Amino acid sequence: MSITSANPTAIDTLRDKIRRIEGHDSPQRPVLPFGISAIDNWLPGGGLALGALHEVAGGGNGAIDGAAAALFAAGIAARTKGPVLWCVGRPDLFAPAIAQAGLKSSRVIYMEAGDEKTTLACLEEGLRHGGLGAAIADVSKLTMTASRRLQLAAETAGTVGIVVRRWRRQAEAADFGQPTAAVTRWRVSALPSAPLPVPGVGRARWHLELLRCRAGSSADFYVEACDAKGRLALFADLADRSGAAEDGRRSATG
Amino acid sequence: MGDAAPLAETPLVLIGRHGRRRVVLAADHAAEKAGLHVGMPATKAQALVPGLVMMDGDPAADEDALERLAIWALKNYSPIVAADPPDGIVIDATGAAHLHGGEEAMLGHLLSRLSSSGFLATAAMADTWGAAHALARYVARPSLVVPAGKSAEAVAGLPLASLRLPGETVAELRRLGFKSVKDLLDQPRAPLVLRFGSDLGRRLDQATGAQRELIERVRSPELVEAKQVFAEPIGAPETIAKYVGKLVVILCQALEQQALGARRLDLLCHRVDNRIEVVRVGMATPVRDVKRLTRLLTDKIETIDPGFGIEIMILVAVVAEPLEPKQRISSLVQETEADVSSLVDVLVNRVGERRIYRLEPVASDVPERSVKRVAPLAPKTEGDWPTSWPRPARLLANPELIETLALLPDHPPVWFTWRGVRRRVARADGPERVFGEWWKADPELEAVRDYFQVEDENGERYWIYRAGDGVDPATGSHRWFLHGIYA
Repeated sequence: MSITSANPTAIDTLRDKIRRIEGHDSPQRPVLPFGISAIDNWLPGGGLALGALHEVAGGGNGAIDGAAAALFAAGIAARTKGPVLWCVGRPDLFAPAIAQAGLKSSRVIYMEAGDEKTTLACLEEGLRHGGLGAAIADVSKLTMTASRRLQLAAETAGTVGIVVRRWRRQAEAADFGQPTAAVTRWRVSALPSAPLPVPGVGRARWHLELLRCRAGSSADFYVEACDAKGRLALFADLADRSGAAEDGRRSATG
Repeated sequence: MGDAAPLAETPLVLIGRHGRRRVVLAADHAAEKAGLHVGMPATKAQALVPGLVMMDGDPAADEDALERLAIWALKNYSPIVAADPPDGIVIDATGAAHLHGGEEAMLGHLLSRLSSSGFLATAAMADTWGAAHALARYVARPSLVVPAGKSAEAVAGLPLASLRLPGETVAELRRLGFKSVKDLLDQPRAPLVLRFGSDLGRRLDQATGAQRELIERVRSPELVEAKQVFAEPIGAPETIAKYVGKLVVILCQALEQQALGARRLDLLCHRVDNRIEVVRVGMATPVRDVKRLTRLLTDKIETIDPGFGIEIMILVAVVAEPLEPKQRISSLVQETEADVSSLVDVLVNRVGERRIYRLEPVASDVPERSVKRVAPLAPKTEGDWPTSWPRPARLLANPELIETLALLPDHPPVWFTWRGVRRRVARADGPERVFGEWWKADPELEAVRDYFQVEDENGERYWIYRAGDGVDPATGSHRWFLHGIYA
């Protein structure tokens, strides 16, 4: 091939070639849209890249309990097809909540690996297998090398991999600033829930920070937590108000 | 014997020929209580116990039965099992005990399985075959685990008959005044060997652990196996992997002929120094896929210590089940379910069977009881947890005591202190009342928990409950606990 003339087709072919060397066979990689145009338009490709590694952590106390991060991951996994592997670190995940985020209990295979090294190895195994819809792992430390392996495994098999970062102490959460090979990095923090006209607790709201995004830029979103199908929603008072009524209020005595 | 069997309380002995005499080969509990013992002349036994039931012993059938028992143990407990005639089996539990929850648990499980199929057995676990043999017969009531390195002490006090020596030698030793194993150990070895032959020294060393003993694995024609003998011992992991691949191909061909798939595979590597290194892998479903089985076995190569080299490699399909070709779904509309059994196998062999599971709903209002673990490939049940109340993403294993200020009987707290941090409750929902399950335990007859979902000013939400209904002290202590964290 000649590269004497700098015509656009030649550059395109070169770009294509580089992309193929990088391991992306098809120019358009499949994505999983959130169904919220504000987020989808921000992300390259129009949604969360499938066949890629994503990192999620909680903000504030969420860095330790990892509750919102786990539900955010469950919501993504719920919208994929096929079984889901979840390598749990501390066995305190409450399955009914995961089911309420849309991820049916019959789809999830849980695994307690014991230590982080095994967890990462098992997550890689799950990503490499190719039959899974998503593979999730609770991990506190994620090195560049480890994440690179996971990212490659996810790319080859086309499975979405989610690492839920969770630490023992607040101070350790500074580790989240270290670079990894993950395609996106999210931080989910709790916000006061939607106000209800009666006493009670409304649908949870999250401050969703896209801290890092390959081939994109970071952004903040304010969303309502996963519904029964794992979908997020924009605040009703930010979008239109019609959504507010559907998430019913709960009577005080049940 | 079925219906023809005599009553359990009738004394029963088995009679066999010993040279020209007819002697008692075996006696049951009732007969032993009546004073009969093995080796006694049949006529004497008959004279001692009126109404004694005597039957002819069938040593060949006994041996067959023992072999069958050994094969059962091979399939269920450990890759190296042998019959230890006339009345025992020996299991090499190295690396197998932890799969059954530890050594004691393994023996307990083994004995309960045996007793449920009508065997009265005793079991002992020790460093050596000799020690375990002696302890199982003379000490274990019904089971005994000797810690590693303590076998020599444990056997010291046992009678000479525990040493697996010929009857004449034991009788002669007794005549010389030796009573226990310790008496023999205290003596200088050379004169003993001079008089009784090297067998005595060997048995002593085997019992105390000074000498190793190879357990010749029980074999059965029904087990499909593939074997490779090496002219030169091999040791490099790559070489082992190469031959594992070859053996798997041969094994899969043999399995295919019988339309079987392997559920459990043992790879036995005989080392030049007369030790056997074993790798056991299990599969969730019958498998005959060369690639998959090779993968599972090669994953474990690092656990094989080749020592000075491996001279024989044997691959056995210990548990095999029918595997017929199946039709895949080819309909246009129906979606094929992704097959994850290969992944599950890989993970199970890496971290253990108990640590991979699916969670299924249990019809219980008590949160910690509403989830049960099932095998990852267990048939899927429809239905999920009720969705009427939101549940926290994280559930603390032990609810933690919190300090609160709350109006009784059914108001949520105004504030609470958890792990030293005081939080003001901005919003709350509840109570959701959970009653104790009186059919499970008596103290739960009146127990009540009132669950509240509370949100603090920062939007962090917690699942807290009050033990008791807020009125009647019998229903609980009225203290508050934090049980879960919402997302």
